[in-house]
Amino acid sequence: MIQAGVIGVGQTKYDAKRRDVSMAGLVREAIDNAMVAANIEWDAIDAVVLGKAPDMFEGVIMPELYLADAIGAVGKPVLRVHTAGSVGGSTAVIAASHVCSGQFKTILTITFEKQSESNATWALSPRYPFSPHINAGAGGYFAPFMREYIRRYEAPEHIGWKVAAKDRQNALKNPLAHLHIPGIDEKMVSDTPMLWDPLRYLESCPSSDGACAMVITSQDQVGSRNVAWIKGMAVRSEGTLSAGRDEVNPQAGIDCAQDIYKQAGITNPFNEIDCAEIYVPFSWYEPMWLENLGFCDLGEGWKLTDRDATAIDGEIPFNMSGGVLSSNPIGASGMIRFGEAALQVMGLAEDHQVEDAKVAMGHAYGGAAQFFAMWIVSSSLD
Amino acid sequence: MKKVAVVGYAQHPILQNAGALNEVELIMPVVHQLFADLGICQDDIDFTCSGSCDYLQGAAFAFVEGLSAIQTNPPIKESHVEMDAAWAMYESMLKIQMGDADTALIYGFGKSSPGDLDSIISLQMDPYYISPLWPDRVSLAALQARVLLDQNIITRDQMLAAVIEARVNSKNNKNALITDLIDESEYLDNTMISSPLNKLDCPPISDGSSAMIIASEDKAYEFTDHPIWIEGIDHRIESSNLGSRNLSRSNTLQVSMGQLDLNNIKFDVAELHTQFSHELPFLKSLLNLADVPTNLSGGPLVGNVMMCAGLDAIGKTFESLKENQFKHGLAHATSGPCLQHNMLVHLEKQK
Repeated sequence: MIQAGVIGVGQTKYDAKRRDVSMAGLVREAIDNAMVAANIEWDAIDAVVLGKAPDMFEGVIMPELYLADAIGAVGKPVLRVHTAGSVGGSTAVIAASHVCSGQFKTILTITFEKQSESNATWALSPRYPFSPHINAGAGGYFAPFMREYIRRYEAPEHIGWKVAAKDRQNALKNPLAHLHIPGIDEKMVSDTPMLWDPLRYLESCPSSDGACAMVITSQDQVGSRNVAWIKGMAVRSEGTLSAGRDEVNPQAGIDCAQDIYKQAGITNPFNEIDCAEIYVPFSWYEPMWLENLGFCDLGEGWKLTDRDATAIDGEIPFNMSGGVLSSNPIGASGMIRFGEAALQVMGLAEDHQVEDAKVAMGHAYGGAAQFFAMWIVSSSLD
Repeated sequence: MKKVAVVGYAQHPILQNAGALNEVELIMPVVHQLFADLGICQDDIDFTCSGSCDYLQGAAFAFVEGLSAIQTNPPIKESHVEMDAAWAMYESMLKIQMGDADTALIYGFGKSSPGDLDSIISLQMDPYYISPLWPDRVSLAALQARVLLDQNIITRDQMLAAVIEARVNSKNNKNALITDLIDESEYLDNTMISSPLNKLDCPPISDGSSAMIIASEDKAYEFTDHPIWIEGIDHRIESSNLGSRNLSRSNTLQVSMGQLDLNNIKFDVAELHTQFSHELPFLKSLLNLADVPTNLSGGPLVGNVMMCAGLDAIGKTFESLKENQFKHGLAHATSGPCLQHNMLVHLEKQK
């Protein structure tokens, strides 16, 4: 198979309301940053892959049509991906697939959400014919899964506060992060109101405007550039409702992780992966994904969190950038994980760099914890 | 480049109003028909990809509901494009070419009857300057029709012929929604919607679904002795700014034609995703298809399922090659106002 790598990552400043830019301006900000980082000219871009979550988040249908000029796609192939919250990750996988297919050399991929244009909880709460109307938003939907995790493994309440505080402390090292909360600690999190038991206000992700772009190219185009080599990538889906489905530890997540480990030749992810950007929109998803992704046995995830293993200087740092808990432009949130993983192995993560990171993981999930996209990137091709 | 073949295609009868039939109930029959035709099941599929539009259902994540139509336990490799399912086929082809899959299931679905398609489609324009004017899809198409007529690139008679022939050709398509024949006087007496387009120049509001299976070279021969190969494929988008486009031509289609070496291929048949009557003579001329039988299925004018009609053009071309002594077929899929984004697919049957 053709080897592909990331040669440029570009992000916007994330914020609740980016009133200074239009949607076109927002995506272009990330793209310009990616193109400069990749040190590449527009002529070298063979195709553009755009991803975002539901069109109802902005009220623009199939926005690749309106954005064709802003994303530099005019005269080129463009593909629009929508796979729920995992979309930022699956868009990166599809962009890399363009290169690995042999049909294209260099791809620009861009994901965005401008949540301030609409109201995500409204858009997430449609009235389906013949179905009960659950006006819950995402937090209310996932809360029962987290309660079940806590029940199964007798996890103490402070684990959720700890994850929320740790990710926001990391965000203070990332100037692009949406939430910068000086002095954030467990106490501050635990003092905030309960939104959806067990989630308190500061244990939930924010609504953000933002975009993330990457330039992905084939081995023969890399030249002397700094590269994050894609060593494994995969997607998996499972149905919303099926007999025996375990929402706490979804099989699709297990399968997807095992697939990329196999591709990358990883047998012990805890030891062999230096750091990971994992999709944790609600605090309890950190211990849940630690287990689902095979970093530890079932029931052991919260103990890793408790002993600071996921801190930026811990054994397996999670979400050094501040994660989804600190910036959540939904359609881009997955690609930010993939792009931040790439920045780590390129050594470009600045103040939130994990020392000597060589192998990193990017992860995204969506729907009812049923859609997964993941990749492993490495500083070396071997 | 690894070769990829189309090995199966199924289409739901196109309905004017599917009523209470939901997306799952529309998708399941076509997927199961395909599986039955090929004697396979979901376990034999390496990658699944769908195309749909949330706004047609009026619900974010509507495609997630569609996934209930197929078996996902154990979990599958799956993706979705918010585009016509022709692009889901494109993505699936890349997966096969990179070696991640040998077989792929593609499906598309759309129900236009419950909503107001004109209002919905106007939301694909620039949200700050154009969409607030609610430009409906017919008026946007009419802009291009007017340009083509004024510049004598097409004629009124060609538009009339496109409408009459579509209905004649519908006899070849058991799933067509519109099958009654009309004559010139009926056409001329019809209600003008947005000059120069009258009601019969426009496609019918349609509900339905379609599915396709494609396979790698190794796998294709397990399904058939005569696979239909994707010999060439190219798609490109034009500017979103209608004022900056020359609507009397298509620069991107010219480039795609070059990529596919179209001028050196003698096509036996073509199916074009021409939703409005003026688009048929325009594209036939642009693509040098003057003598090529085109839209023998009747095309979108006799049934136009949103998010499927492009995949249907590929599927109908596949069926034509399979059932006739044809060698080369050309399919076209489009998206956006005034043929903004176009895909060309060259299918070939090797004897």
